[in-house]
Amino acid sequence: MSTFDEVIAADRRIEPRDDMPEAYRATMIRQIAQHAHSEIIGMQPEGIWITRAPSLRRKAILLAKVQDEAGHGLYLYSAAETLGVDRTDLTERLISGKQKYSSIFNYPTLSFADVGVIGWLVDGAAICNQVPLCRSSYGPYARAMIRVCKEESFHQRQGYELLLTMMRGTDAQRAMVQDAVDRWWWPSLMMFGPPDDDSPNTARSMAWKIKRHTNDELRQRFVDMSVPQAEVLGVTLPDPELRWNAERGEHDFGTPDWAELRRVIEGDGPCNAERVENRRWAHEDGAWVRDAAAAHARKKELAA
Amino acid sequence: MTNPTYAWPLYEVFVRGKRGLNHVHVGSLHAPDDESALHSARDVYTRRNEGVSIWVVRSVHVTASSRPRRTRSSHPAATRCTGTPRSTPSRRRTHI
Repeated sequence: MSTFDEVIAADRRIEPRDDMPEAYRATMIRQIAQHAHSEIIGMQPEGIWITRAPSLRRKAILLAKVQDEAGHGLYLYSAAETLGVDRTDLTERLISGKQKYSSIFNYPTLSFADVGVIGWLVDGAAICNQVPLCRSSYGPYARAMIRVCKEESFHQRQGYELLLTMMRGTDAQRAMVQDAVDRWWWPSLMMFGPPDDDSPNTARSMAWKIKRHTNDELRQRFVDMSVPQAEVLGVTLPDPELRWNAERGEHDFGTPDWAELRRVIEGDGPCNAERVENRRWAHEDGAWVRDAAAAHARKKELAA
Repeated sequence: MTNPTYAWPLYEVFVRGKRGLNHVHVGSLHAPDDESALHSARDVYTRRNEGVSIWVVRSVHVTASSRPRRTRSSHPAATRCTGTPRSTPSRRRTHI
């Protein structure tokens, strides 16, 4: 027999039937549910462009991507359920505002270039965040993340390829890309969460191995990764303080507007109300389908 | 019951890949009946044509070898199939 602490110390996985501190269970439920909610809410900003995609090829790619996000949400709700919660309950906690989702999805998608920039920057930031989570100490979450990360890297490449194509187009198309980069760069940096000195749970999460790097470490990694990609693309990242620091071997960069991040997390972002309202509508409007399917299954069972 | 999704049973999903010799467990899902479970499994687990064949089976019908628990757990989640048949004794360090 080994205790929770020994399993963590040996860098092995905690499985659903193992003993775990209640705080660990509660934290994992919150972390996995928030991630699942982000995938489901994340379908909206890009989903609205499916019917307006500029070609059949772009439409097929975008449709597949949004379907992937639905799939990721489902893998993650399954992982959360291994901790003894029910997904209907989680959905209700999302639409009642008791549980959060990633702040990034509360920003609007104003042009088709946003689809590309979300793939490049938002999915790129998500990959930075999520690759280390494939080694999360909670087994079902780590395994779900392996699958999610595999598909997420497709998304990032399709976004970047879309932007490369637009940058080879007209001046107007290049301006659309730059405008989208200007709007999404800072919110993407905020995806890593508050700075380390304002992130009270980081130490405990690192000790439990459900977080492998600090917010600032991941943010730095993302900036260093994105700068050369922006150069190849021919866009300017909207940060006058961004420059290579040879001494550190990393880029220096400006400070995101943390007050804005707090506002968006607390519900006061540009699209918070709309995102949650859409989710509520889909859940309530779909209730009759779920009821009918259950009734059909019961009828068949009785007939058998 | 006003909560029909909750009443949908849990299914385990197994997929045989194009070059795979046997079906491999890929995850779980809720569905009202076997046929819907198969449809959902196709949507959720084979979006990139990974599989040539899918099996779905209600989780309650899976009999699993009991692996030694790390201390006793009385949590309700501990008493049901968790959708993780990979956590069988062979992958465990049973001597601990």
